[in-house]
Amino acid sequence: MTRSSTERADTTAGIGGSPIRPDGALKVKGEFAYSSDLWAEDMLWGATLRSPHPHARITAVRIGKALALPGVHAVLTHDDVPGRNRFGLEHADQPVLAEDVVRYQGEPVAVVAADHPETARRAAALIEVDYDVLDPVTDPETALADGTPALHPDGNLVRHVRIRRGDPEPAAPVVVTGEYTVGMQDQAFLGPESGMAVPAEDGGVDLYVATQWLHVDQRQIAESLGVPQEKVRITLAGVGGAFGAREDLSMQVHACMLAMHTGKPVKFVYGREESFFGHVHRHPAVMRYEHGATEDGRLVYVRARILLDGGAYASTTSAVVGNAATLGVGPYEVPNAHVDAFGLYTNNPPCGAMRGFGAVQACFGYESQMDKLAAALGMDPVDLRVRNAVREGSTMPTGQVIDSAAPVAELLRLVRDKPMPAPVGDAEGVADPRELPGGVSNTTRGEGVRRGVGYGVGIKNVAFSEGFDDYSTARVRLEVIGGEPVVSVHTAAAEVGQGLVTLQAQIARTELGVHQVTILPADTAVGSAGSSSASRQSYVTGGAVKAACEAVRAEVLAIAADVLPAGGELYLNGGKVIASTGEAVADVAALLGDRVVEHTVEWRHRPTQPLDPATGQGNAHVQYAFAAHRAVVDVDTELGLVRVVELACAQDVGRALNPQAVVGQIQGGSAQGLGLAVMEEIQVVGGKVVNPSFTDYLIPTILDMPPMPIDVLELADPHAPYGLRGVGEPPTISATPAIVAAVRAATGAALTRIPIRPEHVVFTTVEDGGHSS
Amino acid sequence: MRVNIEVNGEQRVADTVWEGESLLYVLRERLGLPGSKNACEQGECGSCTVYLDDVAVCACLVAAGQAEGRSVRTVEGLADGDRLDPMQQAFVEAGAVQCGFCTPGLIVAAHDLVRRNPRPSDLEIRESLAGNLCRCTGYEKILDAVRLAAERMGASGGTA
Repeated sequence: MTRSSTERADTTAGIGGSPIRPDGALKVKGEFAYSSDLWAEDMLWGATLRSPHPHARITAVRIGKALALPGVHAVLTHDDVPGRNRFGLEHADQPVLAEDVVRYQGEPVAVVAADHPETARRAAALIEVDYDVLDPVTDPETALADGTPALHPDGNLVRHVRIRRGDPEPAAPVVVTGEYTVGMQDQAFLGPESGMAVPAEDGGVDLYVATQWLHVDQRQIAESLGVPQEKVRITLAGVGGAFGAREDLSMQVHACMLAMHTGKPVKFVYGREESFFGHVHRHPAVMRYEHGATEDGRLVYVRARILLDGGAYASTTSAVVGNAATLGVGPYEVPNAHVDAFGLYTNNPPCGAMRGFGAVQACFGYESQMDKLAAALGMDPVDLRVRNAVREGSTMPTGQVIDSAAPVAELLRLVRDKPMPAPVGDAEGVADPRELPGGVSNTTRGEGVRRGVGYGVGIKNVAFSEGFDDYSTARVRLEVIGGEPVVSVHTAAAEVGQGLVTLQAQIARTELGVHQVTILPADTAVGSAGSSSASRQSYVTGGAVKAACEAVRAEVLAIAADVLPAGGELYLNGGKVIASTGEAVADVAALLGDRVVEHTVEWRHRPTQPLDPATGQGNAHVQYAFAAHRAVVDVDTELGLVRVVELACAQDVGRALNPQAVVGQIQGGSAQGLGLAVMEEIQVVGGKVVNPSFTDYLIPTILDMPPMPIDVLELADPHAPYGLRGVGEPPTISATPAIVAAVRAATGAALTRIPIRPEHVVFTTVEDGGHSS
Repeated sequence: MRVNIEVNGEQRVADTVWEGESLLYVLRERLGLPGSKNACEQGECGSCTVYLDDVAVCACLVAAGQAEGRSVRTVEGLADGDRLDPMQQAFVEAGAVQCGFCTPGLIVAAHDLVRRNPRPSDLEIRESLAGNLCRCTGYEKILDAVRLAAERMGASGGTA
């Protein structure tokens, strides 16, 4: 990293600052146009008919009554899909509209366009579908077993990743085993799936939609519409959160089909219940771990078997399995590792990307094991983790050597050494009910409440792995407008709330020394930016914007060198060309006149390699990121109610390009980890979701969230732009096991399943190693 | 049916309203005020919080007909032109806005809190805003924003 050559510009609001977000004023005034806010003259509303069954054969679909309803303009089924009736991020295995078989409850069967959303919904309800209901496969272990009917032509196994390192039959004096279960978490973004498709005169379509990756949508939509890619033009509409749930298609093809069929703009807005069926979820997992260690607490080996339920369609299951396997032993030095991770098809809801992406599930397993091992050794759980922590130069179970900072031990010490929160209540021990487990339900006055402290640390890969050609494209233009130099930055990168628009402008200001920067709307008129996922956009799109700015700067300085006396290096700052003496030698506006300097750069991070299929060896990841949490909880041991009192986090971000946004990511990510620990689960019974609403699927409120003190380390990664390290996912990974460990510490309960339910705390069994109060 | 509502100080009329439509639907789809957000349609998330005759309500739970002849103030009615309300300004400055979908409802709810209770404690802020879900921030910076706005409004004698 060379801070000197590229960062001499001291223009305010450059990198390292926390300028006001450019979309902030619009958002607080209610004027920011989200995908659900779109409106067009003469537009129609779309609605989707979904399968009520998790597994069934369709024998007939009759649309007559729906079509006859006044106000209905179109009713379309799979027969009307103009191109390929399949889509999917890694395997095109999912129908746009079901043909002969439905494989999950909520699978789209038909779509309607009408002049009022209620008319569209009623028309969808009038479509008659005859189903032969089939037995659903609802358990991934069953899906894997011989003799289970195959749900897809290639069988039920989506992917099996093997990691084999060191001695295949290692032995150790101290061994702990455990089986751990992770429930199905939902991203629960607040802005439901929505968008509007507008038919174009050239036979194509313009789509305004909330998504994470415009170009992967474009490719899939064009294939299903049977039109060339350039006939599908996508503009990012305002995105109400994403967290992985917008990586797969939802209403995109449906809206385009209806718009092209009716010749009118068609808008879809899912309701909350439909949203639970409209996107993929976090993979539930069943994990078996065995850890062997020396008596002084050095890990000798880890064996793990991780089963991930991918649900009805593959989505990103393959990559999730890759993460769970390669990160499956955590941020620890393990000389002998034997990991098998499987992703399976079932008739449960499809699972795919959610913040943490395979690393979340594994972290609950290995961190639970580290606590169990510490107990078996009689060691402090932080000391055990520190003793085995990876550092720069450590070798991962894939054989990959960590080639930049890995301050795992330091992060753990930072959270351990923070002052402890005070006990609740006044000097007499009388507490406000809002500070006690159960809160304003007033379920305790403090009797039976015990405090516990727990720790967790996690590891995540940043950006796309395993040899994927991962790049972003940025077009940067410098011109003089109204006598002032102005920069515009154009990418297709999706701002999903994380603050990427702010960051792109910060980079342009720093690199070009110009204050006025405009971020153009993200659309497919410029090349792909890749996905806003995998904590990758600051790195990859940030890298692309930086590189495009460097190209613009080089041209401006070449122009300057032509007209200025020779000598010394030049740079840009405050709208001026500055000599190495620090003297302003030219005005950029005067130098350029009407000349426009524009460069488009496609930028890639270092290449990664695929994993060896037999041994899982390979340099599969471009960068690792780490966070550690300390959780303090109060537990009502009689009712099993948990209140998280404080959730402290320390994370290395390489370099905080926008410190306010970094802390916001860490706190928001930690909150989603808290949700998985104590409340959030899509409950699936016989393949059917029983709680698809915010009444029954609970996400943390402001009363559930504790204060979150944050320590940010900035240990630069020399391979990354500005030394940055991806931020978004690590805090979601380690928050969960830290909270569970704290509840175990308070209660002695074994707690092998998340989210923790009250009965797990109260009715724990002695043989689980828990208490029985 | 026809519904007459005073919205942000202006008399508005919505025609051909279906009886099942909510106040939220009429505001968003018939009166051109999409600032109030629809995220759950059952009063769980608070994203559609508006003032109805000066009482903060979830507009998704109010039938359009119930608003007949009444006065509504939405998030669009808080700023004075380009001058943000202190609560809006504080949300932007404190980093309380990420995706921003919960923001309009939270701002109206927090605006209402500080109007009723100019110096709320942290516990009072938490209790008052417990009906407004945010998925991005973990709420820490929302607390910062409400504290900042309350402090500024207290110092300047408050705003309506």
